[in-house]
Amino acid sequence: MMRSVGTLTRADLAEAINRKIGLSRAESLALVESILDRMSDAMAHGENVKISGFGTFILRDKKQRIGRNPKTGVEVPITPRRVLTFRASQILKDRIFEG
Amino acid sequence: MIRSELVEALARDNPELRADEVEQVVQIFFDEIAQRLAEGGRVELRGFGAFSTREREARKGRNPRTGTAVDVPAKRVPYFKAGKEIRERLNTD
Repeated sequence: MMRSVGTLTRADLAEAINRKIGLSRAESLALVESILDRMSDAMAHGENVKISGFGTFILRDKKQRIGRNPKTGVEVPITPRRVLTFRASQILKDRIFEG
Repeated sequence: MIRSELVEALARDNPELRADEVEQVVQIFFDEIAQRLAEGGRVELRGFGAFSTREREARKGRNPRTGTAVDVPAKRVPYFKAGKEIRERLNTD
């Protein structure tokens, strides 16, 4: 099927910025890093990040619960933690669904 | 944080860029990710996370309002897994 498409990385995103608006490769790569840093910083401060037309990165606080080591069967407490989930916007869902 | 706040933050970090350039950079960034996912590919941003798509099989669903059975067709949906670095950052304070 469409599985032959490769993996997109920071370098590819920088390349697209360079190609489309002509900023240097170095500057484009720094901007890609900067976008990721700014979003990460906001989330580290407890903020959700909402990108219209793309989706929302949502923080969820999980309570402590009892887990089990699947190999040994021993019960161990899973400490309370904050996890990051992503909810795609309808626009992104439609775009992926339609290919 | 919303999209416009991200654009503003980048504009502050990069005073040498015009406002329309910063806007385009953000546009390209998310559009390229969406495009790759639409093509069936993956996006890997080490430390931040990885975007991919997952197949959902067709199933019988129900209209929650009326209770009527409906066929939900098979589909492909976006999926994001947070990277190790950010998962750790969210849990240190």
